Amino acid sequence: MLTVKGLSKTYDAKGRRVEAIGDVSFDVADGEFVCVVGPSGCGKTTLLRCIAGLLPPTSGEIVVEGRKVDGPPDGLAVVFQEYGRSLFPWLRVRDNVDLPLRAAGMGKAKRRELVTEALDAVGLADAHAAYPWQLSGGMQQRVAIARAIAYQPRVLLMDEPFAAVDAQTRADLEDLIRSVWQRLGVTLLFVTHDIDESVYLGQRVVMLSSSPTTVAEDLAIDLPAARDQLATRSDPRFTELRGQVYAQIQKAKQERT
Amino acid sequence: MIKRILLAVTMPVVLLAVWWFASAGSTDFYFPPLRRILETFPETWFGPRMVDDVLPSLARLAIGYAAALCVGIALGMLIGANRTLRAVVEPLLEFLRAVPPPVLVPILMLMAGIGDLMKVLVIVSGCLWPILLNTVEGVRAVDEVLTDTCRSYRIRGRLRVWHLMVRSASPQIVAGARQALSIGIILMVISEMFAASSGIGFTVIQFKDGFRIPQMWSGVLLLGLLGVLLALLFRLVERRVLGWYHGIRAVQKER
Repeated sequence: MLTVKGLSKTYDAKGRRVEAIGDVSFDVADGEFVCVVGPSGCGKTTLLRCIAGLLPPTSGEIVVEGRKVDGPPDGLAVVFQEYGRSLFPWLRVRDNVDLPLRAAGMGKAKRRELVTEALDAVGLADAHAAYPWQLSGGMQQRVAIARAIAYQPRVLLMDEPFAAVDAQTRADLEDLIRSVWQRLGVTLLFVTHDIDESVYLGQRVVMLSSSPTTVAEDLAIDLPAARDQLATRSDPRFTELRGQVYAQIQKAKQERT
Repeated sequence: MIKRILLAVTMPVVLLAVWWFASAGSTDFYFPPLRRILETFPETWFGPRMVDDVLPSLARLAIGYAAALCVGIALGMLIGANRTLRAVVEPLLEFLRAVPPPVLVPILMLMAGIGDLMKVLVIVSGCLWPILLNTVEGVRAVDEVLTDTCRSYRIRGRLRVWHLMVRSASPQIVAGARQALSIGIILMVISEMFAASSGIGFTVIQFKDGFRIPQMWSGVLLLGLLGVLLALLFRLVERRVLGWYHGIRAVQKER
């Protein structure tokens, strides 16, 4: 479904070569929920932008649905961390969700149906006529999620989407994403720096090393599919897995210094 | 609201009162009493001159301003979105902007004659630069996350130009358009002071040459009033076009 093979990315920053991604390879199966976690500055966002086809890799390749990525792939949606900058401030909430569908040349009736459904799914049915900047941060990110849902992607990439919202909103949004994923059956790649979040959300956690980035460990999360903020987080297995990821990230940090 | 209006009109009222009383007993031929200027105002401008002079002036301003907006925004989009093109034309643009438009009047007269076309071209030649340069800046400053969003969601062509580029740049475009409007009014008058047969500027010069001083002054008043009216109209349009922008600023102030 989604394959990253020998990916590397080097930047030329004022004559100094910066190796952001060393050599990263992993697969994501059809309909799988995979979290990518790594120490800060390890090139998580670079990796995601490469997969999204927004940034050409220096070497290696990315294959999405059997096709090599050389631009934004078909059927792939991205939810960015900076929700405030990724929504169109001059468009109302429903028009923000609608714009990619208009660009796809979809009929009006079908579009209205998808927009209403998507806003319902994220709990924003009442806010459709508001402008994004009239909403709280968490609600703005819900709009961005609704836009991704309405787009009906087969692959959904999320780049630290909850890094800028408060803890309670964050828990709500985590559960929202779990339910969206279960309902739509999309392949979901979720990039985060939050270890708890990665264990709580995913079926698998891909841990990255410090830059030049490689895959440090690929850990299956064998928690039950029904997750609950209280029950799951107090599950001894959760604590154990979290400890493993934590130890790995610490190791990655120390290797750098 | 009422308080704001009161505050806004206080100063003009005071100045008019000062003018009124200071000039009341004036016997100076060149500085007639304000009362006489106001008396001549309706008969001077609300008669046939409205159709023969005022409306043609405003029509030329409207056409020139609209043309400058279209050309300025379109060219600004192209130049702003293309780094190479920008590097090539930017020094030229700075030069052209620095040329005072009135000196173009004789040149444009040679090229386009002394008719309406010349006057419209003079207005375009002055209004274009602030709009063009501001549009270029606005397009350059388009948010990269928004650009990525458009690429990811395959928002292309017309929708991309409108929703990513034009709307993003609209605060800068509006700022340029505001500057251009005041330049346009000035050029409207100046273009009519050279070889013209109609227009407000032409009429004011006629009054001066005919020593009809109160009428001349009433022309100055008329131009001032038109300027204020156009500025108000501009504010109304701006409120519609940039509602989102002012909304964001208000929200940011609260936080």
